Amino acid sequence: MSSSHFYSSITKKIIMSLMGLFLLTFLLVHLTLNSFLLFDKNLFNEGAHFMGTNPFIQVFQWVLFAGFAIHILYGIILQIQNWVSRPKGYKKRAWMEQSPFSKYMIYTGAIIFIFLAIHLGNFFFVKMGWVGNGVPELGGKEDMGQLVIDLFSNGGYVAFYVIMFLLMGFHLDHAFQSAFQTLGLNHPTYWGFIKGLSRVYAIVVTLGFVIIPLVIYFR
Amino acid sequence: MDLKLKIWRQASPTDKGQFVDYDVHNISTDASFLEMIDILNDELIEKGERPVAFDHDCREGICGMCSLYINGHPHGPEAATTTCQLHMRKFKDGETVVIEPWRAKPFPVIKDLIVDRSAFDEIIQSGGYISVTTGGVPDGNSIPINKEHADLAMDAAACIGCGACVAACKNASAMLFVSAKVSQFALLPQGKIEAHDRVKAMVAKMDELGFGNCTNTYACEAECPKEISVANIARMNREFIKAKLG
Ligand code: HEM
Ligand code: SF4
Ligand code: FES
Repeated sequence: MSSSHFYSSITKKIIMSLMGLFLLTFLLVHLTLNSFLLFDKNLFNEGAHFMGTNPFIQVFQWVLFAGFAIHILYGIILQIQNWVSRPKGYKKRAWMEQSPFSKYMIYTGAIIFIFLAIHLGNFFFVKMGWVGNGVPELGGKEDMGQLVIDLFSNGGYVAFYVIMFLLMGFHLDHAFQSAFQTLGLNHPTYWGFIKGLSRVYAIVVTLGFVIIPLVIYFR
Repeated sequence: MDLKLKIWRQASPTDKGQFVDYDVHNISTDASFLEMIDILNDELIEKGERPVAFDHDCREGICGMCSLYINGHPHGPEAATTTCQLHMRKFKDGETVVIEPWRAKPFPVIKDLIVDRSAFDEIIQSGGYISVTTGGVPDGNSIPINKEHADLAMDAAACIGCGACVAACKNASAMLFVSAKVSQFALLPQGKIEAHDRVKAMVAKMDELGFGNCTNTYACEAECPKEISVANIARMNREFIKAKLG
């Protein structure tokens, strides 16, 4: 298979890393919004309302979907080419990867994709009125917070959600610093810091997303 | 010391190949890994069997010819060491040692443990040089070179083109090798002139030959006998972006 059909190897990686960095930023925004739910449901509803009506965000959400689609598409192309590059494997292969989760990016990526589909089905599609019974209302306004709280009162769903986010954390731990390396931003003076920041990002984002459903469930 | 060996035997590029078990006895702990195979081969020849074919040349860690995937690592388990410089004292008496050829689509097996690494030569031919017109030799000091860049270029130039990076990488990517070659020129004034064309040509050749895409696992750096840094890959990516934009 000639990779020139899908741009050079480095171009592919650069596209993936830019989309990936965009997704990493989006996750922070999403987490911030979710965290409102811990303090005040109305604040969360206002945030959700803003996200659901602001024209800029409305356009932006399609950019976000495109970002996901491109990242996923290139992730799959890249992985297939990489499998093809070694038609016969080794009998014995030691663990040599220095960024541990780099080994499983396609699998953790697939997990994120499955979660994403379910997640959209639970919230976005309900909100758009494509599935389910619509969003509960409170004083004539959409009560997105209640929709979330209802889901998180189901122990099975909470467990599923927590496991999915732990697995996503593995993707993020490699992803953050990898994007910098791909974009050529590796300087001996800052590299240790970037790697550290990558781990901190992965831990903070994962714990953040995991704590919210747990708090709601046990509250 | 005594060892049990599991060695990949393949009579020709088209032969299916298989692992064959051998026992070697009374190996000196001071022997190198290649000497250990020499001893095995002498025994095989005496018995009238076909000796194990493997690559080697300088046997002092500078030519890059020796290969072998030993117990799951290219050039064996010791860091920053070529197979010719690997000593048997790094193994335990009675240990089972699995010996395989490099595995990558662009490195087809020729015979037993020998693979064809001319794909690397093709990458070099595509741009890994500087064009010079012959004439008078310029004065060495007429082109100032900053010390930091000279050192980094020297570090990159330490690459011996052995292919361990490709062998180690789960994607069979050649990025560490290519980035070392791109870097050693890009860092120096003489190499800067053709830097844009060079990086584009070498990356295109690397892709065309069927090496995988880098996903920054950094296994290459850990396994490189010359400890080439993955910072070179980042530099090549910068050079590539500059070349594409400029
Ligand atoms: C919230 C979601 C996601 C984020 C924030 C994210 C972020 C990233 C980042 C920043 C990288 C490193 C890119 C680079 O170094 O060039 C990466 C790599 C990767 N991603 Fe994702 N990703 C996400 C979802 C997915 C999904 C759904 C897939 C689907 C298959 C996927 C597949 C991959 C693969 C295979 C790699 C490894 C290839 C590489 O290192 O370039 N990712 N991801
Ligand atoms: S970068 Fe290291 S492992 Fe790769 S060919 Fe050069 S010396 Fe060998
Ligand atoms: S034989 Fe020359 S480097 Fe090993």
